Amino acid sequence: MQLSGKATVLGDDIDTDVIYPGRYLAVLDPVSQSTHLFESLPGDLRKRVGEGGVIVAGWNFGCGSSREHAVTSMLGAGVRLVVARSFSRIYFRNAINNGLAVVTCPQLVDLVADGDGVEVDLAAGLARCPRGECEFAPLAAPLLAIVSAGGLWASVAANRDTVT
Amino acid sequence: MSLTLAEKIMSRLAGRTVRADDFIEVGPDWTFSLDDGIGLVDRYFNLYNVQSLAAPEKIAVFYDHFAPADTPQHAHVQRLGRKLCERFGIKQLYDVGEGISHQVSVERGIVRPGQMVTNTDSHTLTVGAVGAVGCGIGVAEMAFLWTYGRLWFMVPPSIRMELRGQLAPGVAAKDLVLSILQRVSARGAQYASVEYHGAALASLGIADRMTLCNMGVEMGAKFATVPGDEITRRHYTALGIDVGDMPQPDPGATYALRHEFDLSSVEPMVSAPHKVDNVHTVRAIGRIAVNQAFLGTCTNGRFEDMAAAAAILKGRRVAAGVRMVVTPASRAVYLRALNEGVLSTLIEAGCTVTTPGCGACAGIHQGVLAAEEVCISSSSRNFLGRMGNREASVYLGSPATVAASAVTGFITDPREFSAA
Repeated sequence: MQLSGKATVLGDDIDTDVIYPGRYLAVLDPVSQSTHLFESLPGDLRKRVGEGGVIVAGWNFGCGSSREHAVTSMLGAGVRLVVARSFSRIYFRNAINNGLAVVTCPQLVDLVADGDGVEVDLAAGLARCPRGECEFAPLAAPLLAIVSAGGLWASVAANRDTVT
Repeated sequence: MSLTLAEKIMSRLAGRTVRADDFIEVGPDWTFSLDDGIGLVDRYFNLYNVQSLAAPEKIAVFYDHFAPADTPQHAHVQRLGRKLCERFGIKQLYDVGEGISHQVSVERGIVRPGQMVTNTDSHTLTVGAVGAVGCGIGVAEMAFLWTYGRLWFMVPPSIRMELRGQLAPGVAAKDLVLSILQRVSARGAQYASVEYHGAALASLGIADRMTLCNMGVEMGAKFATVPGDEITRRHYTALGIDVGDMPQPDPGATYALRHEFDLSSVEPMVSAPHKVDNVHTVRAIGRIAVNQAFLGTCTNGRFEDMAAAAAILKGRRVAAGVRMVVTPASRAVYLRALNEGVLSTLIEAGCTVTTPGCGACAGIHQGVLAAEEVCISSSSRNFLGRMGNREASVYLGSPATVAASAVTGFITDPREFSAA
């Protein structure tokens, strides 16, 4: 699975309240959710991350709540890849299970500047940006399969009309 | 083979011995969801045409995040959830007013020692207080788990926290967990299972242990747990439940890290905006005026917390210009606080009491802040915008610190009142 886009660089400990405020939890559709993405941050961050498609962040990305809106609102906005030094575990799970590619790669975060083009080969564990290339440990095979299918449901429901 | 508590519980579920970093597909003992997720469950069930569930008896649904509903949208998803429970035979729906999932599931003995709980709520670690393990997961995967009965999990490495000494008067479990956060940081237990051990546990009751385990997630942990002991057994005996043998970690189990904490050196602490590990002693925080004092949540909304606040507020008044909002964590907490006179003390002091649930914590209702306002809160998160306003500030402290601050109008060390 190959992904590319233009990076928006964020800092450490980006929490789920900053990504998606709790008062919009009853919004169920990802595109509608995306209008509240990064609402508490100044500027046009939502538009930038949606157009670029790639977020590059520091340690502990997505810490806080279990709300998967923090993942699906990004998908609704057009984000396809998040690279971070590390992920908070629930955000990591939500990303995999909703088909948002996540790459843990501190070296790449060191290399990427805001606005840089980023290319990633998820299965091979290779990343490229204008300042260089680096390798990362690919996701475990079952997780890679889930992300590649577009999420947990898509990975099993593709071949059947009715489940159970 | 020596196993940690997390390895032992996950081995039982997997039906084979599993170790840290193993990848397993299992059905946890409990799979809970809440009003803030049930609308999405309904959406996934419709999208994927789900007709029946794998194990409805392992499911409970709790309405705690916005109950009673404050907007038509919230009322709508609660209605969808009620219909969903009826259609799929989910018998355990804890509707408006019953309280927070973590509190209700522990105080009623729904969760037992040695069980694994998943819930679409990050503070599910709280159930570790009774020798269980719990973690938050997302809604897509919860809907999947309800449907198929199995989901992928990784077995976490464990961190052993050794607690010794005793907390001084006026110092609470919240101050201890904030001290631990200060030392290990918001990513100091990333993905790990935090196991609490040590002689100090004999002085920490179930309410204290819930506070301790609850904030494990703020260190990045997957689980936080106090292996079952006599205090745990007494909790269940009082409920008429015989828990039998409570699973214990084996001597010689492998721990990725070990920390030791001396409770006697802990003093009242606050976490300052906008990071949970931005922890300072109340003594050193300076003069911080507050507009709102909030007592409640899965972190500190129990009877013991209400009583600690009432001990300070008895015969005193909430300062002019400050509002104090009190949200009991459950109906049982509410009723006990009422019957034992704690609520009268709080109300006489000028507090406002709301419906049991999560209350103002997540910035949804019952105490949202205005721009430039400051709240001292007994909750667990002070992220930017957490309580509904990106221009507001949230400080986290113990129930006693919340009460003392409400009386003076400034963030105040509760020990200033204990001699009085």
